[in-house]
Amino acid sequence: MSALAAVATTRCERAWDVLGTVLDPEVPALSVRDLGIVRDVIDHGEALEIVLTPTYSGCPATEVIEHDVLAAIAKADLGPAHVTLRRAPAWTTDWISADGRRKLSEYGIAPPGPAAPDGAVPIRFFGRKADVIACPRCGSLHTERLSAFGSTACKAMYRCISCREPFEHFKPL
Amino acid sequence: MQGSIAIDQSPGVQYLLRIGDTCLILGQRIAEWSGHAPILEEDIAMSNMALDLIGQARAVLTRAGQLEGQGHDEDQLAFLRDEKDYRNLTLVELPRGDFAFTVLRNAMVATWMKLLWERLRDSSDAELAGIAGKAIKEARYHQQHAADWVVRLGDSTDESRQRTEKALRELWLYVPELFESDAVDDAAQAQGLGPRWSDLREPWLAEMDTILDEATLSRPDEAAFRSTGKRGVHSEHMGYILAEMQHLQRAFPGGVW
Repeated sequence: MSALAAVATTRCERAWDVLGTVLDPEVPALSVRDLGIVRDVIDHGEALEIVLTPTYSGCPATEVIEHDVLAAIAKADLGPAHVTLRRAPAWTTDWISADGRRKLSEYGIAPPGPAAPDGAVPIRFFGRKADVIACPRCGSLHTERLSAFGSTACKAMYRCISCREPFEHFKPL
Repeated sequence: MQGSIAIDQSPGVQYLLRIGDTCLILGQRIAEWSGHAPILEEDIAMSNMALDLIGQARAVLTRAGQLEGQGHDEDQLAFLRDEKDYRNLTLVELPRGDFAFTVLRNAMVATWMKLLWERLRDSSDAELAGIAGKAIKEARYHQQHAADWVVRLGDSTDESRQRTEKALRELWLYVPELFESDAVDDAAQAQGLGPRWSDLREPWLAEMDTILDEATLSRPDEAAFRSTGKRGVHSEHMGYILAEMQHLQRAFPGGVW
């Protein structure tokens, strides 16, 4: 049965399955598929092309991800492959899958809300009403931001006033 | 020692170098705060913003090398050019100063970059447009963060206000260079590569006024002085920052780890 299933599955579909097991090195709760950075898998006959869109311009994980993706494809015996980077359209946290959001929350990172519409965003100052972020541990909305930046470019640091635990928030982008 | 490379002087390449070098040198400058910022959260913020800027620089310099067509990659452009071939705004090469100076400069440059990236999203060069589509989101966040600090320091204690006012007087001398258009700009505009920088002046002043008003600071008058970093004539500080940045690749050509 499994052999039949494997035959019936195309090389691209198998590659997508493999990509679902490659974890983001900086947020290892998520696969690169959950993160939404795999934009396409193209079978060119001889070689497989995997199209990735980087998250942040300076994200140091980009090169590690490329390496991990190619290693996983090679290990699954899917033949020669290469990675190409596609910059446009730019990655947005809206591409993180529903499954990915659930995994983030379980991992203790508050998932991002919807990204700001792509237009002029007014400058807001201290004293503004901050976005309300639910604590991923107890669900309380009684939380506050500690730092606009966190351990990686994609996160900010918060704490929950109710359960007293600090947590990270994946910033909407 | 590794010798220097010569760079094509065509306007398109120069236009990209001005942008890429401005990102690179500001990224290098604010990375100097790593381990030295007044509070841990700002230490992290500076390092994160520096990473974004250096990532943007890598992409733009790579594109500049492709347009030049001489086989120069991002590393060769960053590490093997002499000072006169660097085209960044003088503003970003000034020493990091105190924290007021740093956050005010970050607010000024992030506001400028935001307006520039907005327009570059429509560049006739699809690669540059793609880079801009990503960078605009980062620049918005940098502007927001830096503007918060300008308000916090400007509208606060006597000490923080004095320092912010002093930084404002010093930094404002370098503003005209951000908006002076020349043949490089005209060519970029004509080709659809990007905007003339003089077109950014009015929206930039409007956004800076919003920030300065909130910080209860007054915008200084425009200076008569003209800095010229984007034409390759830099301040006395430029040689030192390049020496630190380039030393390893010059001493050990092609060294990797």
